[in-house]
Amino acid sequence: MKAPAVDYMRPRTLTEAVDLLAHASVEARVIAGGQSLLAMMNLRLASPGLLIDIARLPELLTVADDADAVTLGACVTHAAIEDGRVADPSHGLMPRIAATLGYRAIRTRGTIGGSLALSDPAAEWPAVLAALDAEVILYGSSGRRSLKCSEFTTGIFQTKLADNEIIERARVPKLSADARCGYVKLCRKSGEFADALAVVVADPRRGYWRVVCGAANGAPLVLGDTSRLVVEGPRDPDALRSAIGSDLDHASDRHFDDFHRNLHIVAAMRAVQQVLA
Amino acid sequence: MTAIRVRINGSEVADDLPPRLSLADFLRERRNLTGTHLGCEHGVCGACTVLVDGEPVRSCLTLAVACDERAVETIEGFGGDPVMAALRRTFHQNHALQCGFCTPAMLITARDLILRRRAGSEGEIRDGLAGNLCRCTGYTNIVTAIAEAAKEIGKEAPNAQ
Repeated sequence: MKAPAVDYMRPRTLTEAVDLLAHASVEARVIAGGQSLLAMMNLRLASPGLLIDIARLPELLTVADDADAVTLGACVTHAAIEDGRVADPSHGLMPRIAATLGYRAIRTRGTIGGSLALSDPAAEWPAVLAALDAEVILYGSSGRRSLKCSEFTTGIFQTKLADNEIIERARVPKLSADARCGYVKLCRKSGEFADALAVVVADPRRGYWRVVCGAANGAPLVLGDTSRLVVEGPRDPDALRSAIGSDLDHASDRHFDDFHRNLHIVAAMRAVQQVLA
Repeated sequence: MTAIRVRINGSEVADDLPPRLSLADFLRERRNLTGTHLGCEHGVCGACTVLVDGEPVRSCLTLAVACDERAVETIEGFGGDPVMAALRRTFHQNHALQCGFCTPAMLITARDLILRRRAGSEGEIRDGLAGNLCRCTGYTNIVTAIAEAAKEIGKEAPNAQ
């Protein structure tokens, strides 16, 4: 189908964009790459009155490479991350993930900020940024604030982004030289949204370990017991399997069916084994 | 209505467009460039793939007004492009199309794979084509044609980017 009628504005600064968003008399939606929003508009699942195009805002395209973190503007595309055109804080984890995200013609337009803002439960970046202990920086009418990505996404397509706020940047801590990462995405076809997604980050030098499940019927799910097992090093597969299973069962609000519970266990096992191997 | 200026296949075009108009509909209905095909109109089938500033995009998921001051290349373009010339020949020789609906976007996607050096093996090519559906299920010959063109281009210009 075709998208419904809509107004369109392309502000020149982030402040102007936030003003437009805060003072719009119709439902205003921010558009960056539009790879989910335009699909939803074409399917008439979304029909905003005004689109505020932020894709070209210079503030949202900048990348800062500091001693302890890389800060990516919200409108950095998946393709830019895939190609290594922006600094990588994650020793190849983020480029590797970007390359599996949708198709190239989606990645050239889709942005990291857009992925976070939508927080599709099966999307990669909310889970990956939570696993990397990244922060998201929001800019709105009342100023700037920052939140941990692990707290930013609160549920299925639900976040703490206020109506008058725009995601400005994501600040991703740099991994130590000897940090290890694991990543497994289970889906039937290359580029599809995940049926199960597991990300493992082990950075002993910073005392940091985290195992996160994506596509988990809600916000990215941190597997606490499993993360503690990873700290202790190589384990027998049965101990690992039961830790993952018990972490999943503790999240009783997720209502995993047997098939998906098993998929998550397989994804997490394989991702942990990448780190411990 | 929103005024835009866009370069299409090398020619400067100015128009005044309703913002909801997709790049695909702009090309097909206003510029009569009907080689860009619309299958699903929600980013799954890949039939509408064109280049914007040299990078492949879904023209059904791109607003025409967002292409203001950009350069768009459609299948009607690519005159004098050596990679596209090789692909057109190998598609022809390998019978890499049946109904032809997916072909323009297959060619544009294949060209991008070859230029990014992602067409080195059958597996890599199949992976790179995951976002382009062929409902005649003619993938085998499409993959062969791309592999052949990639080999040819690689030989001619080992440092081609």
